[in-house]
Amino acid sequence: MAGSIRWYRFSAPSRFYGLAGAVVPWLWTAAAVLAAAGLYMGFFVAPTDAQQGDAYRIIFIHVPAAWMSMVIYLAMAGWAAIGWAFNARMASMLARALAPTGALFTFVALWTGALWGKPAWGTWWVWDARLTSELILLFLYLGYIALTQAIDDLRRADKAGALLAIVGAVNVPIIYFSVRWWNTLHQGASISMTAAPKMASTMLMALLLMTFACWSYAFAVVFMRARAIVLERESHTDWVRELSRVSEGLTR
Amino acid sequence: MSWNSTADFFHMGGYGLYVWGSYAVAALVFAVEPWLAARRRKRAQAALLSPPTESDS
Repeated sequence: MAGSIRWYRFSAPSRFYGLAGAVVPWLWTAAAVLAAAGLYMGFFVAPTDAQQGDAYRIIFIHVPAAWMSMVIYLAMAGWAAIGWAFNARMASMLARALAPTGALFTFVALWTGALWGKPAWGTWWVWDARLTSELILLFLYLGYIALTQAIDDLRRADKAGALLAIVGAVNVPIIYFSVRWWNTLHQGASISMTAAPKMASTMLMALLLMTFACWSYAFAVVFMRARAIVLERESHTDWVRELSRVSEGLTR
Repeated sequence: MSWNSTADFFHMGGYGLYVWGSYAVAALVFAVEPWLAARRRKRAQAALLSPPTESDS
């Protein structure tokens, strides 16, 4: 096929390593600027909530972290599935790189949720559908990490992890729709594509800025980890040997 | 602006413990994770330079 872009070339670990290394500093810059703007909006521009007072300001970290916990899980399951189906090494490495970041966002969502639940509901934790399904998400991440670490054969570990990740993906829509399907203590969706926002526009702006900051952060840290995994796994290849020769020359 | 003083800001309308407890732990997580990821890559790079041994996998 003449003229078509050879997209598969970008899936080569050597290509990924270089490209990711080039964009990581920009992603960090974007994350820092967006987080600074979002926190400024959230703490100095957005008004105090009429019902919840200033406790509601936890939303600016809680909701983005909860969104990321679900999005990253789907990305992890998707890359793991592609890695399994097409025997694509880079896809499996990306799945592995996503898991710790997803687990940490899940932890942050649960932690900030507990600290928001206490003043808002009078309890740190309830076993309702939203909270329980999010806790299951954390266990899925930890299970994926433990399973892939426990199997020595890398490709077999990738496949076993992919199976767990794909089966566990059914939990993500359960988390998202839990507030609609069951009677929960947790409030409904903060942002809807179909309805007008229920919150003040400055609050919404702060929430969106913090969400974009979290996206930038996630890309940056996952790319960093993926580059480490590439070096660990591809150490036998010519291009990594070439890379280490170059860096050895530079350090001398 | 909802705050009249720095103390007012940290007090967070009586919810300081909850709000700052949330942001402090989140900040800690988002500082430690990149540090660990950077360290992992540096170690992988160092392992490439040193000759491989039998115990290395």
